[in-house]
Amino acid sequence: MKENKFVIKQISVFSENKPGRLAAIARALQEEKINIMAFSIAEADGFGVVRALVDKPKKAHEKLGKLGFNVAFTDVIAVQMKDEPGGLYETARILGEGQINIEYAYAYSGKEAAVLILRVDNVEAAIAAIQKGGGTLIESSLFQ
Amino acid sequence: MFWDEKTETLPKKDLEELQLKRLKKTVAQVQNVEFYRRLLREAQVRPEDIRTLADIEKIPFTRKQDLRDGYPFGFFAVPIHKVVRIHTTSGTTGKPTVVGYTRKDLETWADLIARNMTMVGLTDRDIFQNMVNYGMFTGGLGFHYGAEKIGMTVIPSATGNTRRQIEMIQDFGVTAIHCTPSYGMHLAEVAEETGAHLESLTTGLFGAEPWSDAMRAELEKKLGVTAFDSYGLSELFGPGVAFECPERDGLHIWHDCYLVEIIDPRTGETLGDGERGELVVTPLVKEAMPLLRYRTGDITMRFEDECLCGRAKKIARITGRSDDMLVIRGINVFPSQIEHVLLRIPEVGNHFMVYVDRVNHLDEMTIDVEINRDYFSGELQDLARIQKKVVKELRDTLELRTTVKLVEPGSLPRFEGKAKRVIDRRGEM
Repeated sequence: MKENKFVIKQISVFSENKPGRLAAIARALQEEKINIMAFSIAEADGFGVVRALVDKPKKAHEKLGKLGFNVAFTDVIAVQMKDEPGGLYETARILGEGQINIEYAYAYSGKEAAVLILRVDNVEAAIAAIQKGGGTLIESSLFQ
Repeated sequence: MFWDEKTETLPKKDLEELQLKRLKKTVAQVQNVEFYRRLLREAQVRPEDIRTLADIEKIPFTRKQDLRDGYPFGFFAVPIHKVVRIHTTSGTTGKPTVVGYTRKDLETWADLIARNMTMVGLTDRDIFQNMVNYGMFTGGLGFHYGAEKIGMTVIPSATGNTRRQIEMIQDFGVTAIHCTPSYGMHLAEVAEETGAHLESLTTGLFGAEPWSDAMRAELEKKLGVTAFDSYGLSELFGPGVAFECPERDGLHIWHDCYLVEIIDPRTGETLGDGERGELVVTPLVKEAMPLLRYRTGDITMRFEDECLCGRAKKIARITGRSDDMLVIRGINVFPSQIEHVLLRIPEVGNHFMVYVDRVNHLDEMTIDVEINRDYFSGELQDLARIQKKVVKELRDTLELRTTVKLVEPGSLPRFEGKAKRVIDRRGEM
């Protein structure tokens, strides 16, 4: 499908909530010369999920899996935002008007623009709605 | 004070005569149980071979596992219509151990409780709040009927709602309470926090879990009671098997109803007075569910000296167990029960670790369990759902609230040989 170029593979890593786990993950990625573009940590009762956008997701999955980490791919999309006051509002408005339900999101502010990374329940519908609302999606090839 | 002075202070010779008579009757009674017919046949022991009390050593032991294998009514020696009550205790594989009582059993049991409560000085003038579970657990109804038999004013308050418990103690002028020692500590703390005075209290009966002398001092100071230790187990009716007298130095076990042996748990060899080992009991007056040489799993010893109170020989307070059973907030838990629950949940692995702590004087059990690699979706909410599922399944089986921690696959220790999956950090207090 045409929209698939906007579907980005995020790696999600199960991690116990204890010191040193993030360092272990980061070191593994460094060893494979994998660059992290964005990441976040979601935590629950005693454990969490480390979510990362990396330039080589397959390699990252393989390496972390080999080290015993529990890793899964998660489909996310990235929306470009203006890095200025009102930038997030503009993007959020499009999502709202497009009736897109966000499961979680995280953002980073890069050199060219700010980027909002979204996990939604229906990726295809979200892509269509964002395009229809005039939002700018970032192709996965830009990351990976 | 005595409830039944003649029986409680029987001279040694008379007591042994009574024990032998009752032992013979019990050996006859167990002939109604298929398990015992086979056990005695295989050991080549005929009822007439029991001529002295020492002859009991010819009979093999009965273990908790045997009772489990007899689920549900395999150990009943009377027709089911003669059984007027059933209680259960937790089993290791989801199936509980069933215990049954005839009408006479319930009377005997209440009588033993009445002996204990009278022994510590309680009378029909006392107002008694029974703060233990009233369901399948024997502690609730057991004490209830014994206290009523004495003529005490009984408040069947059961467990929970500590503020309401305190209110009742105050409003009803409660003089005596019964609960687990850890709940007693909790009660004291809540009373302290809310500035509630409990000056009507004089007597605290504590049982269902082991507790130290340091804890006794604390309970007495905080609740203003004299604290007595209560020992029992469902297989031997329930609470009331042994109890402290006002000397509070060891437990009086009722020798006319329970034939006591102390054995080396490894070899099964009988030990003498003053030697610590596993308590083995042959109940002498049970109708519905007679047992022979039942291994309680509890570690104690028989005292060498007599007691000043005039009753027969005491056993030491229980210091631990010979098996892996845990007592959490008064409820028996076997690690194998946890294993059994985890086996049913594909989302988690079968390895686990159990940590037991005492938080604000209440037992807290934390179970670490590995997430199953294949069930990790990458979503936090799916993990939270798995965690909740494990908590619920454990609660359904153990009847206990636990804390479940999901850990990374492969991160828990693997054991070769005997697994040490339980870390009990409750310590002295």
